[in-house]
Amino acid sequence: MSRIKAITETAAAQGRKLLIPYLVAGDPDLAHSLGLMHELVRQGADIIELGIPFSDPASDGPVIQRGVERALAGGTSLADTLKLVSQFRKQDSQTGIVLMGYLNPIEIMGYGQFVAAATEVGIDGVLVVDMPPAESTELHQKLHDADLDTIYLVAPTTSAIRAKAITEVCSGYLYYVSLKGVTGAALTDHESVANSINELRQLTDLPIVIGFGIKDAVSAAAMGSLSDGIIIGSALVERIADMSLGTVDASALVRSCEVIGAARAALDGLQEDKAAS
Amino acid sequence: MSENMSEVKTGTTGFDGPDATGHFGPYGGIFVGETLVAAVEELALIYQELSNDEAFWAEYDSELKHYVGRPSPLYFAERLTAACGGANIYLKREDLNHTGAHKVNNTIGQALLAKHMGKTRIIAETGAGQHGVASATVAARLGLECHVYMGAEDVVRQAPNVYRMKLLGANVVAVESGSRTLKDAMNEALRDWATNVDDTYYIIGTVAGPHPYPQLVRDFQCIIGRETKAQSLEMLGKLPDALVACVGGGSNAIGLFHPFLEDKQVAMFGVEAGGKGLETGAHAAPLSAGKPGVLHGNRTYLMTDEGGQIQETHSVSAGLDYPGVGPEHAWLKDLQRVNYVAATDEEAMQAFHKLTRLEGIIPALETSHAIAYAMDLAGSMSPDKNIVINLSGRGDKDIETVARIEGNKL
Repeated sequence: MSRIKAITETAAAQGRKLLIPYLVAGDPDLAHSLGLMHELVRQGADIIELGIPFSDPASDGPVIQRGVERALAGGTSLADTLKLVSQFRKQDSQTGIVLMGYLNPIEIMGYGQFVAAATEVGIDGVLVVDMPPAESTELHQKLHDADLDTIYLVAPTTSAIRAKAITEVCSGYLYYVSLKGVTGAALTDHESVANSINELRQLTDLPIVIGFGIKDAVSAAAMGSLSDGIIIGSALVERIADMSLGTVDASALVRSCEVIGAARAALDGLQEDKAAS
Repeated sequence: MSENMSEVKTGTTGFDGPDATGHFGPYGGIFVGETLVAAVEELALIYQELSNDEAFWAEYDSELKHYVGRPSPLYFAERLTAACGGANIYLKREDLNHTGAHKVNNTIGQALLAKHMGKTRIIAETGAGQHGVASATVAARLGLECHVYMGAEDVVRQAPNVYRMKLLGANVVAVESGSRTLKDAMNEALRDWATNVDDTYYIIGTVAGPHPYPQLVRDFQCIIGRETKAQSLEMLGKLPDALVACVGGGSNAIGLFHPFLEDKQVAMFGVEAGGKGLETGAHAAPLSAGKPGVLHGNRTYLMTDEGGQIQETHSVSAGLDYPGVGPEHAWLKDLQRVNYVAATDEEAMQAFHKLTRLEGIIPALETSHAIAYAMDLAGSMSPDKNIVINLSGRGDKDIETVARIEGNKL
């Protein structure tokens, strides 16, 4: 069983909502990223989505773009991102790690070499933003053969027929994009998200998590109540932007990750409400 | 121009790619975020229907004739030919189109598509500003709201075109992210499209981007090659021996080449921006010196480093200053149907002056790359041979750049 499957099944059995923070590898530098990853786990993350820096992040809003630019300024590459995970795994074999990014760095490394390295360092899943299922056959097969999950997005614009096809190839969890737009945009239409999640439930038993536009405890609770879990990216990266390079300061790590701790409390609160009622 | 030139009709040909999934061999495809997949699939479907609809092409042809001023002449460059001492050189005068370049052939077609799809808002990316101006122009012509994304660097470098777009009623958005040039403008346009996908049509300016853009932009630009073919047969009684065009994204080149692809006796040369020289790394020549990768919705040759980051490019010509190239060109390179070569900044500048002085035609700096290569090529061919250069745009927009580089004050 894949690590992500174990995590999601345990969470489902316990009635725990999945909390999945996103950060960019190497933002502001690799030492901070390592410290942040461990701190995110301490504050309640179940799975971490680790962004591979790419020069042209066309699906990301300004906050994550700047995070990527900080990482690239320090020269962080896909190879460095993989090394970061291997460092992380020295102390943590429980937390799920999903690499998230754009295809070109993986394409240039070569699919075979990438999958071998990802397996070796302890990555659990891969989400390539600009690689829809129709273009993913070869990489998907290699990931599948290595027992790694390939995670796909479903958006508000995705038709029911297409969503069904996506759920059939997706493994680990299904990532529902809450809005039409880029990461970090304002999420306003909760009702249409609820309807879409209900429709997706008819199509699949995969855990469904919601991302884009979740920025605090209130939106975490709202989206968590509709789904199996949530992803928080821009709201975390925005706080990482305040960190300075150089020596890693433990209290700064704690402060940057507080948004995740607050989301954890809000999600756990949903469960207590449910138990009480 | 003879009467039968107005008989050259547009439409699609069945020569080759893309295949049903939008690929040219291993290149092309649809590499976009999930939010945009539905939009490009809808576009592909509607384009497939319209491209079989004679009424659509009749409307397009009418716009080309009455608004753009087509057909454009095929002109014998007598003094340039004499100076090169070899093959006869003919110029396909796309510079005489309304707005001064081939770009408008595409923007007219896509704006008509947008109208058929019921979209009220169009967006475009631009580097030098030519595609931005052509988009703003057709938006004004058809009464559509228009937003043009342009790298902040380019906004400064191309101030007259920025003002031109504003006069035409477009909103010009300066893009501050990344390298603040054309590729970043394209990223920002893709973000806008994902955000406003319901009412927005994205007019991509070249034969790149996700399927069906490389196909439909090519189809709209093929009027160049079709006219050239008819004009050659009429003026020479035969097809030309060689075609030469500059390649940035590659829309003017594919427009000229595509109708000749099956004519095996016609040699083709796509000229990339060699910048300061391919050996320096400071260039914009992915076909000559790059490798296959994925950017902006398609797999193609790219300027990319060992870690997969897109590299910054350099060219004296803003319109060629792009790290990718249309996927059909990538395919034609691998098939060895088209020869891809490069001309440096310096060679382009020399050609710019040469054509200006010998023919009284000021070419765009982009086009000057094609002229530079064609002059050498002509010299190596015998006088009974004929070369057609796609004179893709006029150089008025570049006179400030040329003056600055040569240390002259205007």
